[in-house]
Amino acid sequence: MASLSRTFRIQKRDFTNAGNASISVKKLLKSLNLSACVIRKVSICGYEGEMNVVMHAATDGILAFELTEKKIFLTVSDEGPGIEDIETAMQKGYSTASDEFREMGFGAGMGLHNIRENADSLHIDSTLGAGTVIRMEFNPGG
Amino acid sequence: MNVKELADKLGLEIHAGKQAADRDILGGYTGDLLSDVMARINPGTAWMTIQTHQNIVAVAVLREAACISITGGHRPDRETVERAEKENMPVLLADDNSFDLCLKIADLKVL
Repeated sequence: MASLSRTFRIQKRDFTNAGNASISVKKLLKSLNLSACVIRKVSICGYEGEMNVVMHAATDGILAFELTEKKIFLTVSDEGPGIEDIETAMQKGYSTASDEFREMGFGAGMGLHNIRENADSLHIDSTLGAGTVIRMEFNPGG
Repeated sequence: MNVKELADKLGLEIHAGKQAADRDILGGYTGDLLSDVMARINPGTAWMTIQTHQNIVAVAVLREAACISITGGHRPDRETVERAEKENMPVLLADDNSFDLCLKIADLKVL
């Protein structure tokens, strides 16, 4: 099986299209008959990564998806503001979301936690003022 | 029981996504924190929430909810209705709050 990749632009503060990249990835995985379990994991991680960009990023971001024979790679990147302390940000319940977003049901401090729970492998690089890259890997078999 | 049958039995309006109202309901969940709902619902869930903005449709589609029930007399934003139509996601409207609606669903003894 050849590698299959897609790239989606995520616009900051764009709630109209927020989630669409993840929905496209989900539909693609479903059309390829991947397991419900892996579709669930990728959907949750894609959505949370996407919402992080919509709510927090200083500029637009990118969600990149790649499916190879052995792995699914999902990478969400933006150009700032960066995460000051990744360990703190990973804690369940910790959030820097605004009151406006909290009222919409976001900012519960569960996004990165959900990603950690569902990605088979997770690596976050973040530099204050420069940006954040969240790299996630999944085993297509499960 | 499917979405249309549930709406008929409880007198709920199917405000959007009628074309998908034959979808079977396999369970239910009540929640207004979207990350919590993302993490916990399963395909076929009837999701009850007071959130009305369009992102609820993305959550419901990603987790393959059977339908969204907006409770407490809240009404969806126009963008929510448009997105629900586009994504074939039924949106039901209930005047009852989430708890009371859950009680009524429990009374039906179908889940």
